[in-house]
Amino acid sequence: MAALPPAERVSDMNAFWSFITERYPDILKALQEHLAISFSAVILGTIIAVPIGILLVYSRVGWINSIVFFVANLFQTVPSLALLAILIPLLGIGMKPAILALLLYSLMPILRNTYDGFHSVDKGVLNSAKGMGYSTAQTIMRIQLPLSLPYIMSGIRITTVYIISWATLASLIGAGGLGQLIVSGLGVNKPEMIYIGGIGAILLALIADGLLGLLEGWLSKHYHQTRESAI
Amino acid sequence: MIVLDHVNKVYDNGFHALKDINLEFKKGEITVLIGPSGCGKSTTMKLINALNTPSSGRVLIDGKDISGMNPVELRRNIGYVIQSVGLFPHMNISKNVGVVPRLKKWDKDKIEHTVNGLLDMVGLDHAIYGSRYPSELSGGQQQRVGVVRALAADPDIILMDEPFSALDPISREQLQDELIRLQQELHKTIIFVTHDMDEAIKIADTIVLMKAGEVVQIGKPDAILRHPANDFVRNFIGQKRLQDEDETESAYQIPLVDEVMITNPVTVFPSRGLAEAIKMMEMKRVDSLLIVDRNKQLQGAVSIYRVLDQYGEEGKTVADVMQPVRYSVASGSTLAQAIEIMDSHQLSNLPVVDSSNRFLGLITRGSVVKHLAEVYPGVGRSAAGGEGE
Repeated sequence: MAALPPAERVSDMNAFWSFITERYPDILKALQEHLAISFSAVILGTIIAVPIGILLVYSRVGWINSIVFFVANLFQTVPSLALLAILIPLLGIGMKPAILALLLYSLMPILRNTYDGFHSVDKGVLNSAKGMGYSTAQTIMRIQLPLSLPYIMSGIRITTVYIISWATLASLIGAGGLGQLIVSGLGVNKPEMIYIGGIGAILLALIADGLLGLLEGWLSKHYHQTRESAI
Repeated sequence: MIVLDHVNKVYDNGFHALKDINLEFKKGEITVLIGPSGCGKSTTMKLINALNTPSSGRVLIDGKDISGMNPVELRRNIGYVIQSVGLFPHMNISKNVGVVPRLKKWDKDKIEHTVNGLLDMVGLDHAIYGSRYPSELSGGQQQRVGVVRALAADPDIILMDEPFSALDPISREQLQDELIRLQQELHKTIIFVTHDMDEAIKIADTIVLMKAGEVVQIGKPDAILRHPANDFVRNFIGQKRLQDEDETESAYQIPLVDEVMITNPVTVFPSRGLAEAIKMMEMKRVDSLLIVDRNKQLQGAVSIYRVLDQYGEEGKTVADVMQPVRYSVASGSTLAQAIEIMDSHQLSNLPVVDSSNRFLGLITRGSVVKHLAEVYPGVGRSAAGGEGE
């Protein structure tokens, strides 16, 4: 009896390795899909959220800010499974609704950080920029954006990590990705598939976080900016 | 020349910030706008680069109404320095100074040449400081950069909004001196806002005194000091000339040794005999003499005891018996520094000399007390009153 668990473990490990060697084209495909879904969501989210954040900084109407932040917050609170389900009648199944759902989740942190980053820029710096003849567009592009970059980058970084983890759910609406391995593994009772899917998502998140960290560091150095000195 | 013509500024909430302002800022002069906080001096200055627009009236630069100009373009042709300096933290010093030339799309070589020249002009070696970042510089150095940044595109007009008031007293003095020096070379039209009367008197060609959105008096510093238009001006000058305990920058108002020293102390040439020295001390009722030669160089000092000690030897001069003066203080030092020296070395007096060691005057305990009595007339009066009773 005592010998059984180790033997089971050995057979598990064997199954694990044989699964990898036999099915690695499928694993790669799942990885590819996963990356495509996550990064499309984050990149589109950034493209949408950063400009909205900047507009809010310049908006003179207080209630617009409240409404935008309320809506962005609301997206954040909808359970992901529910959101995916809601999107099926609107966009059908597959990658598109998955990307849209994850994009909605990415809006809030990027928006918030852009907004806070812009507000962190020293008033004296803005006054002198205006007084020396910077147009509004030049102030945004040459002063505010570089100075709030550490904030925006950290928003993108946080978002990327949890979007990669949530993207495993996308397989439920037929978008594929590493989640597909987990769902299939559950269906056919093959723990090694679940492990591969789970570990793959974890590794992907860690690597993405590390790479974005490097990018953040490089940008900060390039603009001679640290988060401390931006405050 | 800049002209403000019947300018009024009324804010949406009904606050009348500027009331019918008529001013002329002469070309090549430093005009200082001064007044208590909230008097509209900054608001007035910001009319000139369209950071503020008048509710009614006109602002004319060289005869042209600026309301018809593109404000962004206008600002690029007017230098601007503010109290918080506002250097861009993500750009190095060279980039910061070259900001307006880059906005005006000068070519690279010309920008580099200009920037390097300007940095060197204010004593910041461009080879050392050009590649540094604002956070690596002291407050005084940062504001130097702030000032040359305003000069970079060679504007005719420079606006300075309390540029030195956040600096420590020593840096402030230095920057004021530098501004005066620069202005002697450059002859810009400078509009300078401050709340510090000493600063205004030091740098202004013309002072404009404001109160509650109105101009109270305009004139040369000397004219305003001699003929204050009313009690407000008198108070404003007086209050600032005296020590103000509430002022955080009270250190700045510690007088200089030059104001306190006795300018005609008893001195004697080195070649005088001892009998003459005693006669002189008797006449002037002092117990020691300073020996100063024809070139006004301080040679030494001699006390009456020393003279009496050697009196028997005829033919000796004061130069033979004098002792060297070990401590002196440079002209321009503060009284605090002088008192510190006197206190730590147990001196009863301290000579003041200029940079080439010429003797200017003497700080004595008596002169310090006399000065205090002048600065605090209230103290002197109550003491005199006590005597009368």
